[in-house]
Amino acid sequence: MKRAYDILIAGGGIVGAACADELARRGADVCVVEAECAGSGATAAGMGHVVVMDDSEAQFALNHCSQQLWNELREALPENCEFDGCGTLWAAADEEEMNEARRKADHYAARGVAAEILDSAALAEAEPNLRPGLAGALFVPGDSVVFAPCVAKWLLDRAMENGATLITGKRIVELRSDGAVLNDGSIISAKRMVNAAGSLAPQLTPGIPVRPRKGHIVVTDRYPGFVRHHITELGYLKNAHASDRDSVSFVVQRRMTGQVLLGSSRQFDVTDAAIEPGILARMIQRALEYMPGLGQLNTIRCWAGFRAATPDNLPLIGPHPTRENLWLATGHEGLGITMAPGTGRLLADLMLDGEALIDPAPYLPARFANSEARHG
Amino acid sequence: MPERTCRIAIIGAGPAGMAAAVSAVEAGAENVLVIDDNPRPGGQIWRGETDDATAREWMQKFEPCGAALLGQTRIVAAPQPGVLLAENGAKTLTIRYEKLILATGASERFLPFPGWTRPNVMGAGGLQTLAKGGLPLEGKRVVVAGSGPLLLAVADEMWHMGARIKCIAEQAAPNAVMRLGLRLLGSPGKLAQAVQLKLRLFGVPYRMGWHPLQVDGADGTSGDDSDAPVASVTLTNGAAKRIQIPCDYLACAFHLTPRLELAHLLGCDTEWIERQCQRRTTVDAWQRSSVEGVYCAGESTGVGGVDAALIEGRIAGYAATGAQDRARPLLKQRDAWRRFADAMNETFAPRPELRMLPEPRTIICRCEDVRYEQVVAKESWRAAKLHTRHGMGACQGRICGGAAEFLFDWSARSSRPPVCPTRMKTLAERPSADQKGD
Ligand SMILES: Cc1cc2nc3c(=O)[nH]c(=O)nc-3n(C[C@H](O)[C@H](O)[C@H](O)COP(=O)(O)OP(=O)(O)OC[C@H]3O[C@@H](n4cnc5c(N)ncnc54)[C@H](O)[C@@H]3O)c2cc1C
Ligand SMILES: Cc1cc2nc3c(=O)[nH]c(=O)nc-3n(C[C@H](O)[C@H](O)[C@H](O)COP(=O)(O)OP(=O)(O)OC[C@H]3O[C@@H](n4cnc5c(N)ncnc54)[C@H](O)[C@@H]3O)c2cc1C
Repeated sequence: MKRAYDILIAGGGIVGAACADELARRGADVCVVEAECAGSGATAAGMGHVVVMDDSEAQFALNHCSQQLWNELREALPENCEFDGCGTLWAAADEEEMNEARRKADHYAARGVAAEILDSAALAEAEPNLRPGLAGALFVPGDSVVFAPCVAKWLLDRAMENGATLITGKRIVELRSDGAVLNDGSIISAKRMVNAAGSLAPQLTPGIPVRPRKGHIVVTDRYPGFVRHHITELGYLKNAHASDRDSVSFVVQRRMTGQVLLGSSRQFDVTDAAIEPGILARMIQRALEYMPGLGQLNTIRCWAGFRAATPDNLPLIGPHPTRENLWLATGHEGLGITMAPGTGRLLADLMLDGEALIDPAPYLPARFANSEARHG
Repeated sequence: MPERTCRIAIIGAGPAGMAAAVSAVEAGAENVLVIDDNPRPGGQIWRGETDDATAREWMQKFEPCGAALLGQTRIVAAPQPGVLLAENGAKTLTIRYEKLILATGASERFLPFPGWTRPNVMGAGGLQTLAKGGLPLEGKRVVVAGSGPLLLAVADEMWHMGARIKCIAEQAAPNAVMRLGLRLLGSPGKLAQAVQLKLRLFGVPYRMGWHPLQVDGADGTSGDDSDAPVASVTLTNGAAKRIQIPCDYLACAFHLTPRLELAHLLGCDTEWIERQCQRRTTVDAWQRSSVEGVYCAGESTGVGGVDAALIEGRIAGYAATGAQDRARPLLKQRDAWRRFADAMNETFAPRPELRMLPEPRTIICRCEDVRYEQVVAKESWRAAKLHTRHGMGACQGRICGGAAEFLFDWSARSSRPPVCPTRMKTLAERPSADQKGD
């Protein structure tokens, strides 16, 4: 039995996996402990949309660099990761939303992200199953869709090729400054710990400002061609991000399997992963307003998962402000799949004293140091 | 959305569901509703049957009894306690109940072996159903293999339809089958029936301790090498002995497993019985499940055959109506059937050797074409799902889950709606009461 790892990562979701991959590649001796199996948390629940968002400059920066890293990974990813460069259609229902589409287009253009405005007719041609009469859309061709659990698995496999150790099926019950205690009583020693336990991160590090935010997803049988892109309604911004209340919005995507994946809902203060028929019904009703034909498709399964939400919608990446040897890589809310490669890179930059790819300041957990008591 | 309100809802119009309905009405229950996804009552065994005396007796009791039958209706979800969501053709409806009796029966267990996914290799009950539906078997060479009394029943029926039954291969060891047989000789019904069947099939070899090893194709390929239809099946008795039997169809099922999707969805406790290699709903003496107001009867409490299904159905029907007094005299007989059922399930539990049958390229998840080699090293059902798509297709593990449970000791339980593929529109429906809520 070895005495101590350089770095122990709690959680083998896509974020923990990306961190392990990056750290191991740069020579760190890494051990990942995953309670279930690779990619089984939010990573298994999410839609796998790799999307550039522009809610804030900091969000954009991490998204954008992550997307570039995704594009580098693309060639290497095996088929089961289902990388699909289908692009995003931001659907605008009315003129107001169309203005938002134009604003977004300019915003992206100014930052070197290709984007194209579609009018009503062009949108109808691009997605014939959308209800007629939508105002138009913003098309972002560089976005893509992946099957995140397989990506997480693949990243962990690659980390292991670079010497990392993966322990699955064991839960960490305590993260200490010199290692971790597992549920079977064993102790793994390490010089530094990374909490990448997603929405469960506060269980291991109480007091960090992360709240679970539940989301429902529906998947259908195979209907190739029914949906051709990842489509998100532009009302999304008003609906879901804005408030603490339960909300639903229309998000639909095609999968490489020919299946259609439908989202999504957002709820705080629920910790039970059971399907809630009421919110599910609302979510589907919303989708039927945009895409009535969905109603006839056979649904084979519904599920729910938890995003790790932070007060400012930005992740926590970096050293814990007070606890020794503890680092955080969580709090990615609805963008952790997108941001995983950038997070891995940034964390490795910070931990291994490399030069940071982007300015790390906006993601440092220290930004909440003073408000911790409030969230504790 | 249309709504039906009833006092007692019974899901499944097989022997258990019919008996439950008859008893509930007899004990004074009003407004009893029986729901089945088939147009006619009778369940797996009596659907469209008229020449069996017990079937006739129960059809005659059921039809005029006053319980309403909602046929061609599938329960797809249970959005809240006391409410079921159902699909009936293009329609969606809500069913409200006070008491619920699950009588959802069992389905065949399939175990993978090289070539088992080739055309004309079918479930035993599946081929029986196709034959009843018009598939001509006259003169066709059929091998029946797997386990359980179902093999005899199916072979018998197909023999009457003109099939040439080349062989019945029962994987259970001969002495185990004999012991069960002896135990049954004294008792009425089931075994006498099985023995009779066997006699009628006289001339058909009934090979105990034999199981299929591999299916070869008409194009000369063997095992998993191609998708050509079956041309022969190789059977083995585990020792060095093998025989290859040419055939047009291989009808194959390894006994039955209870259908538990609805029980799991409703949150009823289920238990894994290791010696029987079977998961079943946990019930008390009154057929009550762990969930208040939900009863289970018939195969869903453990595969037990028609007689067990009937008596459990009667007890559940009485108990759900509050007529425990009427049920009490039946308990002893029910327990006797249950003991027999346990012995039967132990006898026909797949032998551990069958775990070795799949080869690396053998498909174990038909919906997603996942092969044995892709999943054998996975740590759990969930890992297999997430990393290979095993069980992620349209059947959601209803078909491959039983095999996974046996081969890898994985629990493939799911309590996510819908219980079967369901139009998305149906899941957009909300019962009127909570519509104003949000
Ligand atoms: C409905 C929904 C839709 C989404 N859609 C998208 C999308 O389209 N695009 C996008 O970019 N993002 C999306 N997301 C967000 C994305 O899924 C998450 O941000 C991302 O998966 C987070 O990855 P993670 O590794 O941090 O967390 P997780 O995937 O949750 O991984 C954490 C892991 O830690 C393990 N763990 C927890 N506690 C312990 C412990 N004590 N010991 C050991 N292991 C432990 C867990 O088992 C888990 O595997 C969506 C999320 C949801 C819920
Ligand atoms: C394929 C097969 C073939 C068989 N053949 C024979 C045979 O030839 N001889 C013999 O002695 N025994 C046979 N059996 C065994 C026999 O079916 C049982 O012993 C007996 O019928 C059990 O009765 P039951 O009422 O518990 O279940 P079943 O008779 O199976 O009745 C259950 C009913 O519930 C319905 N149902 C289930 N879920 C839902 C839902 N969600 N919504 C609506 N309806 C639902 C089903 O369609 C079915 O009609 C067979 C079993 C199977 C599976």
